[in-house]
Amino acid sequence: MAWRDSRRSRSRLLLFISSVILGIAALVAIYSLGDNLRQNIDTQAAALLGADLEISGNQPASPKIKPLLDSLGEDRSEERRFASMVYFPKGGGSRLAQVRALEGSYPYYGELETVPVSAGRSFRDSRHALVDQTLMLQYDAKVGDSVKVGEVTFLIAGTLLKAPGQTGVSATVAPAVYIPLRYLAQTGLEEKGSRINYLYFFKYPPKTDVERIAKGLESRLDLEDLDSKTVESQKESTGRSFEDLTQFLGLVGFIALLLGCVGVASAVHIYIREKLNSIALLRCLGVKSSQAFVIYLIQIVGVGFLGSVIGAALGAVIQQFLPLVLKDFLPFALITEISWSAIGQGVLLGTIISILFALLPLISVRNIAPLRVLRASFESAPASRDPLRWLVYGLILAFVFLFTYLQTDSWLDALVFTVSILGAFLLLLAMASLLIWLVRRFFPSSWSYVWRQALANLHRPNNQTSILIVSIGLGTAFICTLILVQSLLLKRVTLSTSGNQPNIVLFDIQSDQRDAVLDLAESQGLPIIQSVPVVNMRLEKVNDVTPAIAQKDTSNRVSRRIFGREYRVSYRDTLTEFEELKRGRWEGTAPANGPVPISMEEGFAERNGVKVGDTLTFNVQGALLTTVIGSLREVDWNGVRTSFLVLFPKGVLEEAPQFHVLLTRVPSSEGSANFQRAVVQRFPNISIIDLGLVLKVLDELLEKIGFVIRFMAGFSILTGLIVLISSVLISKYQRLQESVLLRTLGASRKQIFSITALEYFFLGALAAATGIILALAGSWGLAKFTFKVDFEPQFLPLLLVFLSVSGLTVLIGLVNSRGILSRSPLEVLRQEA
Amino acid sequence: MNSILDLQSVNKTYQSGGRDLTVLDNVSFSVETGASIAIVGPSGSGKTTLLGLCAGLDRASSGSVELHGTKLNGLTENQLAALRNRYVGFIFQNFQLMPTLTAIENVMVPLELRGEKNVRPVAIDLLDKVGLADRSHHYPTQLSGGEQQRVSLARAFSNQPQILFADEPTGNLDAETSEKVIQLLFDLNQQAGTTLVLVTHDLDLAARTQRIVRIKGGKIVSDARV
Repeated sequence: MAWRDSRRSRSRLLLFISSVILGIAALVAIYSLGDNLRQNIDTQAAALLGADLEISGNQPASPKIKPLLDSLGEDRSEERRFASMVYFPKGGGSRLAQVRALEGSYPYYGELETVPVSAGRSFRDSRHALVDQTLMLQYDAKVGDSVKVGEVTFLIAGTLLKAPGQTGVSATVAPAVYIPLRYLAQTGLEEKGSRINYLYFFKYPPKTDVERIAKGLESRLDLEDLDSKTVESQKESTGRSFEDLTQFLGLVGFIALLLGCVGVASAVHIYIREKLNSIALLRCLGVKSSQAFVIYLIQIVGVGFLGSVIGAALGAVIQQFLPLVLKDFLPFALITEISWSAIGQGVLLGTIISILFALLPLISVRNIAPLRVLRASFESAPASRDPLRWLVYGLILAFVFLFTYLQTDSWLDALVFTVSILGAFLLLLAMASLLIWLVRRFFPSSWSYVWRQALANLHRPNNQTSILIVSIGLGTAFICTLILVQSLLLKRVTLSTSGNQPNIVLFDIQSDQRDAVLDLAESQGLPIIQSVPVVNMRLEKVNDVTPAIAQKDTSNRVSRRIFGREYRVSYRDTLTEFEELKRGRWEGTAPANGPVPISMEEGFAERNGVKVGDTLTFNVQGALLTTVIGSLREVDWNGVRTSFLVLFPKGVLEEAPQFHVLLTRVPSSEGSANFQRAVVQRFPNISIIDLGLVLKVLDELLEKIGFVIRFMAGFSILTGLIVLISSVLISKYQRLQESVLLRTLGASRKQIFSITALEYFFLGALAAATGIILALAGSWGLAKFTFKVDFEPQFLPLLLVFLSVSGLTVLIGLVNSRGILSRSPLEVLRQEA
Repeated sequence: MNSILDLQSVNKTYQSGGRDLTVLDNVSFSVETGASIAIVGPSGSGKTTLLGLCAGLDRASSGSVELHGTKLNGLTENQLAALRNRYVGFIFQNFQLMPTLTAIENVMVPLELRGEKNVRPVAIDLLDKVGLADRSHHYPTQLSGGEQQRVSLARAFSNQPQILFADEPTGNLDAETSEKVIQLLFDLNQQAGTTLVLVTHDLDLAARTQRIVRIKGGKIVSDARV
């Protein structure tokens, strides 16, 4: 019966379900991506690490551990990694880069991908360097040119395309320059105070249980503050970060699916309304209410399944393009394969969720009385009183919750997501309703009939105006938030460099270089905005708690995280205007005897469970120093200036190994380049951060992240447009009736065309406005509370989004309404004949 | 007396299953200005087709239709629409109100399509005449069948038509409501001096007009003054 009843409506039924196709496609594509990532990580993990075992630390290996390091593996390589200025003599440009001084045959798995290919191996043999392609491009350097690192000029042997574990994003932030390790000493960059990472790579014979070896080394490495990585741990950490990514994308795809499902519910609602008489007739002929319900349920299951299969097939196609979208985030070339498990999950999910959402209108089938056949105006009991309806709502929420739990593996996250998604839908719906109400309420009654009729059309019976506004609005909100946040972030950095704020930061200035650098800046007429000493130290003990105790005793109030870091502290006798004393007493000069009273940043102290009066023992490059937390400060971290988690008073650290940081302001980019060149040539060890460059890098980074978000927002907007197409086609009969009636009453083709176009314009405009207003509200919140800047959104891009969304809606509406204009007015009579 | 509607040798054929199907066969008649006329006949006799041709909703296969002194044959669709808007009023069996407009807005449509301003007072006046002044802001779904047909009557008279075409105006109404609506239709018609062309099955209703044209198999079989 279900099959026969659907005979004349199968294409329409499929149309209803088409709104879920994209959601399923998005999910299948993302699940497949997840599966492919897992497989690729498994097969390429060794190439990601480049070795079987990596040991790293930020101090040179001590004589105690050196023999051990020399005995591990069958082959060993060594690398020192640090930030330093590199200088391109040909063009005179210089920039902060990540210098990697390498010795040995690393990588043992995978390659340093270079152009020419041989350079990846051969550069180690002489005074050659490999330079990342972003740097080569930026400074228009060619293979055969030279690059100066510290005091040594290297010949550029090749352009570095990819190093193990490196992604497009990491190359943008810190482009790498490889040099042979044996020239490092000559560069003069291995000074004390420089922040250098020491890495040791080991290759083992095949089938060696490296995992077990690493486990065995753990305690000894811990004592020396060294970390280890194996292929297995690399797999885990890479897998974990990509799981987060696919999880995030999966949830965004799920939102697109939910939007589509709301579209399905409203389309099925209309379908059932049109079927009321057939159902009543069936009831007259003796069909039980439950049988009538099952007839339509079977139809929905059928099309839901079919829609999901189509969605899954589309997803399998889209999946081929996802690696392109994500290429800057992937540390390896992703090989895609069809994931049958992802397709299976998609089909199952699509079928279940379309049934769940279609159940809402379907349950009303049970209440259709046979009397309807005789009296068309017979009213059934209002659906909202049906207790089953609440059960279906409950089922939907439970399903969303369960699905999210399966994605995130956290009850709390699932709850937060479910409540948020419900809240966001209700908010969008409320916003949409409010806008519609406002437009209706305040629409000038003096405007022409065409405008008023177009607006009134949004309220035609069985309209899908609200869901269309919600789905298109949500996509618009995503895109606009992205645009607004992007400009907020850039503005935040631009602001930091405006006025008299510093825009150049020099660090790693050695004590004996300090005066000369200050003189150099002054000779170029640059202001010294700040010059502060920085001392590196590590924390050995908090009261009597050592790292080992904190590790074992998790109930201890002192967090073990407090030990894992290197502290860069400064000393002075006063607090700055950006610091506010919150607790305890600040002492500017250390007392002659007893522990040194230090000041800690309030939030950091709270996060790590320490308070005023706690005793902290620091290791200042070999010498132990006992301090006590004398005060807690609130620090304003915004702006370009040096701020410190831990601040010492004067009179203690003056003689400790230290470097200095200098902040200045260069008025023009040309002046900046001159100053940087002068500094790099005279003091090659000094690193310079140019805020102009940071701005550029940030812009590129945001562009890359933005691409992924736009891609996902596209799904939401497309779903909205498919719901729109389905809604236009569903209401086509009614539109035909209306336009034929208007033709009969004397409307011209132009008037009917205008009414139709304006109706879609109103729809698109209301949806876009809903999205833009929400995005503005969200970004205002971010600006005020997170970035703490004045909110001055750029309206031009928003206007463009508004026009694009409205224009697209009008276009799709008109294309799908074609044929309405050409109908003969005689049909108004024929409908009655 | 001048005739407002004049049909000469009108034929209408449709293609059906590869064959020509003649729906109207050599129909000629004219209607004097201000007269009331009923077209009656069994189902499938061609009544509705005839009404459509008379009102400029369809085109004759051959012959001529002249409405208010204008030959319809050569007019474009937009010219026909303008003519209907200027001189013709309609009443339909299914009321045919715009579901998205209130009662008063529905009444205003023909005038607004013409680009007239400040038409609200006219619409209020008409709704008052049909006894629905207090329901002017209700949507069609909030009105009973009889009320909807009264709104439709007010709309039909809003553009002060020269001729009113009514297609089974009481077909969807119960007897009591039908009587009220018909009474109203004839009263308004009389007040406005509008020509009335009524298509109906209801012989009692037809008998209230001045002239009855019977049609069968696409041909006029009788044309009698009541």
